Amino acid sequence: MTVAVASGKGGTGKTTIATNLAMVAAERYGHVTLLDCDVEEPNSHIFIKGQKTKEEVVNIKIPEVDESICTECGACSNFCQYNAIVSLKGRPVVFKEMCHSCGGCSLVCQPKAIHEVDHRIGLINFYSAGKISLIYGLLDVGSPLSPPLIGAVKRHENKNALNIIDAPPGTSCPVIEAIKDADFIILVTEPTPFGLNDLVLAVEVSRKLNKKFAVAINRVGSGDDRVHKYCKEENIPIILEIPDDRRIAELYSNGYTIFENLPEYRKSFEEALISVDGVIQNG
Amino acid sequence: MDNRPREIVVISGKGGTGKTSISASLAYLSKDCIVADCDVDAADLYLLLRPISIEKHDFYSGHIAEINQDKCTGCGTCKALCRFDAIKENNNSKFSVEPASCEGCKVCVEFCPENAIDFPERLCGEWMRSETRVGFMVHAKLGIAAENSGKLVALIRGETKKLAQEKGKNLIIIDGPPGVGCPVIASVTGATDVLVVTEPTLSGIHDLERVLSLANHFRIKPLVCINKFDINPEMSEKIESVAKDLDAKVIGKIRYDKLVTKAQIEAKTIVEADIPSSQDIIDMWERLKSN
Repeated sequence: MTVAVASGKGGTGKTTIATNLAMVAAERYGHVTLLDCDVEEPNSHIFIKGQKTKEEVVNIKIPEVDESICTECGACSNFCQYNAIVSLKGRPVVFKEMCHSCGGCSLVCQPKAIHEVDHRIGLINFYSAGKISLIYGLLDVGSPLSPPLIGAVKRHENKNALNIIDAPPGTSCPVIEAIKDADFIILVTEPTPFGLNDLVLAVEVSRKLNKKFAVAINRVGSGDDRVHKYCKEENIPIILEIPDDRRIAELYSNGYTIFENLPEYRKSFEEALISVDGVIQNG
Repeated sequence: MDNRPREIVVISGKGGTGKTSISASLAYLSKDCIVADCDVDAADLYLLLRPISIEKHDFYSGHIAEINQDKCTGCGTCKALCRFDAIKENNNSKFSVEPASCEGCKVCVEFCPENAIDFPERLCGEWMRSETRVGFMVHAKLGIAAENSGKLVALIRGETKKLAQEKGKNLIIIDGPPGVGCPVIASVTGATDVLVVTEPTLSGIHDLERVLSLANHFRIKPLVCINKFDINPEMSEKIESVAKDLDAKVIGKIRYDKLVTKAQIEAKTIVEADIPSSQDIIDMWERLKSN
């Protein structure tokens, strides 16, 4: 089973919750896979310290035109929806950063002048940290498209055990790619106007994808009760509340987990995990 | 002579470092700018600036495949060719498109032997021209689970420039998106100034390094603001050296201030709330102006 930790707003505590839940899960189930799908800015590896076991380059397929075969008919550039292949004075030119790797241009090319070649977009790093396997994607800087890399990270899910996904922020394509196959989504927010605004968006995304979800509120006490009220009105369970505790902020800033350093919070992470487990098992 | 307006784009790498609160404050201090929200995924600037919209426009981007169930024979060509796993088989052994996964590439449309697939334009959201107490604002609402936030960012920046020209303003302040991907690239390309807001945490530094190399990649000389610099002075020092190594100038340091949240609840910018951290932002603004 797979639990995704997501949020509309950035910086609400996705990584904090994903890494601490992974530690609790490792103790409880003996093994857990943590997939960091925030490939633009992955941070889980800062908190889960392990041994790197391997890395894998992720490529997408992009077109290459054989000019000796090309008849300059323009079918490829007419077809491409992303302006990734453009006819300049008749000759097709590939803009690889724009390519979505749909394969359309090579399919429509009658003389078969287009074949596909690998284009690197990022890396997947594999770490082993005791009972936690950490797998994280790292998008190459300057490469705009994160969803194919997120998809590649997700292919390393462990089908027989618990997976936790640390999702990217936002509500568009990268988030959808990260959470669309999850069994359960934890939406992290904070008790502020920005937090509520972006939570509402994240709830709409989860509902649109027909996902089971619950809310985790971070820095409780720093703002007001608008998020609590909203969850109550919408009948959304709150499965975890983390208070606004300066010690947590200090641990975070230095790359340490709550689980290992503030044992008084372990219980709330355990209870969150148990309630997620319960919902997934019992529907 | 270059007489395009100055365009300050506020980004962060890591989310939640304070981009929106700082952008709103800078817009307030400038007294004479056009402000825009390019964090279209999680647009929060409107909560502080309370815009009153003057114009609303639909935002269409790309197309979406739709399989006509009456014409579909269930041959499965579409599913075999789709690289985005966007085609699902229905109970009636016909096929349909999963809108959230469809990237509008047109391959299924082109190769459906029954011509059973329509390809309408995709409504991805709406964008607005508005008035606020700090000046005109351009902002948007991306549809839920919509695609192409990069294109919407490009559109907002274009509209902001048009508006600046119309109103004779020579300063634009943009609240940008987090990350280093498509919407960020769309936000920074061609900007005159990029201000990166970071925080003194290991994650903050990690993400700052990536976003500064992105700026270098696009030959932009970024400025750095360390928000909440005093929560970890040692990390703040590290940030200064990272910034120096990556050819970025630290232009502001803002103290940690619990009252920032209170200002947000009151829908005020930090500088309007007149709280301890206001002064740090005013100081940064003075340096920014003369930079």
